[in-house]
Amino acid sequence: MTTAELRLEDLIGRDYRQGFFTTLETDTVRRGLDEDVVRLISAKKNEPAFMCEWRLKAFRHWLTLAEPRWSSVTHPPIDYQAISYYSAPKSRKDGPQSLADVDPELLRTYEKLGVPLQERALLAGVAVDAVFDSVSVATTFKDKLAELGIVFCSFSEAVQEHPDLVRQYLGSVVPYTDNYFAALNSAVFSDGSFCYIPPGLRCPMELSTYFRINAMNTGQFERTLIVADRGSYVSYLEGCTAPMRDENQLHAAVVELVALDDAQIKYATVQNWYPGDKDGKGGIYNFVTKRGDCRGANSRISWTQVETGSAITWKYPSVILQGDDSVGEFRSVALTNHYQQADTGTKMIHLGRNTKSTIISKGIAAGHGHNAYRGLVRVARSAYGARNYTQCDSLLLGDTCAAHTFPYIEVKNPSARVEHEATTSRIGEDQLFYCQSRGLTPEDAVSMIVNGFCKDVFKELPMEFAVEAQKLLGVSLEGSIG
Amino acid sequence: MLDIVNLHAGIDDGTAIRPILHGLDLSVKAGEVHAVMGPNGSGKSTLAQLLAGRDSYRVTAGSVQYLGRNLLELPPEERARAGIFLAFQYPVEIPGVANIYLLKAAVNAVRTHRGEAELDAIDILALVRDKLKFMGMDEALLYRAVNQGFSGGEKKRNEILQMALLEPKLAILDETDSGLDIDALKIVADGIAAMRSPQRAIILVTHYQRLLDYIVPDRVHVLAQGRIALSGGPELAQELERRGYGWVDTASATRVGATA
Repeated sequence: MTTAELRLEDLIGRDYRQGFFTTLETDTVRRGLDEDVVRLISAKKNEPAFMCEWRLKAFRHWLTLAEPRWSSVTHPPIDYQAISYYSAPKSRKDGPQSLADVDPELLRTYEKLGVPLQERALLAGVAVDAVFDSVSVATTFKDKLAELGIVFCSFSEAVQEHPDLVRQYLGSVVPYTDNYFAALNSAVFSDGSFCYIPPGLRCPMELSTYFRINAMNTGQFERTLIVADRGSYVSYLEGCTAPMRDENQLHAAVVELVALDDAQIKYATVQNWYPGDKDGKGGIYNFVTKRGDCRGANSRISWTQVETGSAITWKYPSVILQGDDSVGEFRSVALTNHYQQADTGTKMIHLGRNTKSTIISKGIAAGHGHNAYRGLVRVARSAYGARNYTQCDSLLLGDTCAAHTFPYIEVKNPSARVEHEATTSRIGEDQLFYCQSRGLTPEDAVSMIVNGFCKDVFKELPMEFAVEAQKLLGVSLEGSIG
Repeated sequence: MLDIVNLHAGIDDGTAIRPILHGLDLSVKAGEVHAVMGPNGSGKSTLAQLLAGRDSYRVTAGSVQYLGRNLLELPPEERARAGIFLAFQYPVEIPGVANIYLLKAAVNAVRTHRGEAELDAIDILALVRDKLKFMGMDEALLYRAVNQGFSGGEKKRNEILQMALLEPKLAILDETDSGLDIDALKIVADGIAAMRSPQRAIILVTHYQRLLDYIVPDRVHVLAQGRIALSGGPELAQELERRGYGWVDTASATRVGATA
């Protein structure tokens, strides 16, 4: 092994920088899952009967399903009875009415993470619905948004305050029968965010949620539902980071987006969950179902994601293009280092006429990382004039990582046009030496190369998010060429 | 500026070191242009890459002093910041990175090292445009990925462009003339000639005399079997062109005999 490789290994081997715990008391339901636990969760959240019934139906359906095995990821079996399905910070019971009432320990945690709560949020123009251990603790700017008629609140709150909206749209994009993890989520989801933009309104600020997994052995089951009514617009940011942890943590979120006629939803994610240590120990299992429904004509849904964390990522943000002339977009940067595994991609389901979709996927694999793009473009018989453009690029750093591409294309309408482009490039010692001989450190060189590779995706992120994403990639990958 | 004494070095293939340089001596002063010539496999490129810090080469004996410092201790990026520039024989492609980004990063790395303020995108562009014109390069090349899809001539010109921007103290050009047609050779040679200055030393590694028609060197060295077999003035290059490298062995034997 050359000294350059040694140096590079050191750089790749950097430990997770966001690793720390907070010592809040939590109110945790006993481990295991049965109908009583589902009822208990529903009762704790004081839910109306329809919610409890829906959860129970989902639970019963989940019992009939088997964990999916088709993806390229491998992991030890998950013991679903060893997981505690509900935990809420104790301070919740006292009901913090404002930031002043919020546990200062919690606020310090957010501070360490750089979450722009308090005044910083106002300056940054970001409204934060902070989800901490399954329950929303603080929601800022809600009143300001409410004046405009925008509903932006925790899912629990939405169930209480807007049960009709929840009942109308919950499960309408991702039904509880959709897949194993979606069924599980539907049965036990603890909280999440809810957003409704009334007709013709352009949401004046970026809506943002920060997630954090922080209770030992507590699976996280977030549920997000965003409805953009006719002619409205909303941009939503989701950012995640988690503390250092030894045990694997299961995360199975569901995100549903509904865009009615002429509405537009932009959904951006930066995911930085604990990926496991450099030997592949620990780390979060992230099995997510994200789907948008372009229900109305001329509607538009875009997913932009930067995935750097988790031991396992299993995630396919998709768009159902029902409305005529609707547009679906998916832009993704997925990075795997050490022993991380990612099986991610998208599904674009063209049903309406003249529907368009664009897929840009950038996969980066380093160390012993495994990166798979899995994408489906389906053009139904009804989708006259449908068009898709897919670009799928892989970047390999070093020679112990792997990248795979699994494009599935099903076209049932002869007027459709589907394009697929794919490239794979490897960054090795030659590139590194070339940059070094121009005065760049190995860290700067890798960061430059990776950011160059990802710029088509980063340019779609809001400014602050793009900066955060670049930093994340820098930290996750510095010098990983050998 | 550069003092190489009794340098022994080889390539590390992971299991053993295959020796290439066997006791090379070379001294280069500021303001001088030295041509290093020699047949294939004589160690010319090894010398060039070793001076830039390529780490697959191992020094087994001897020393290299650059501006009074032990050059061999420095990683490649510190050598670059201290003013050493290597124009690559085979410039490396970097997918996804626009040429202008690399130029900006490189210029700013060197400027920061010198204690100068970093240049922003607009200043860099103004600086680059000026040099670009001189090198007869299309501005579109700035926005393409570094060296990707560049023709042989474009790659070499791009190296000289980088050199012109980085203003090195010691420029080492590794067969920058190879693979160029006559027009491109003229442009590249003019680019190099424009860099000649009393503060700067230039080492031209080349097979052929033709580059030296444009840039007349102060000294010419012939490398054979890993050491300098012959040194002389510019007339030596012309003699080589006439008589070929085969002549070097006998000539060097005679001269060594004469000085002994």
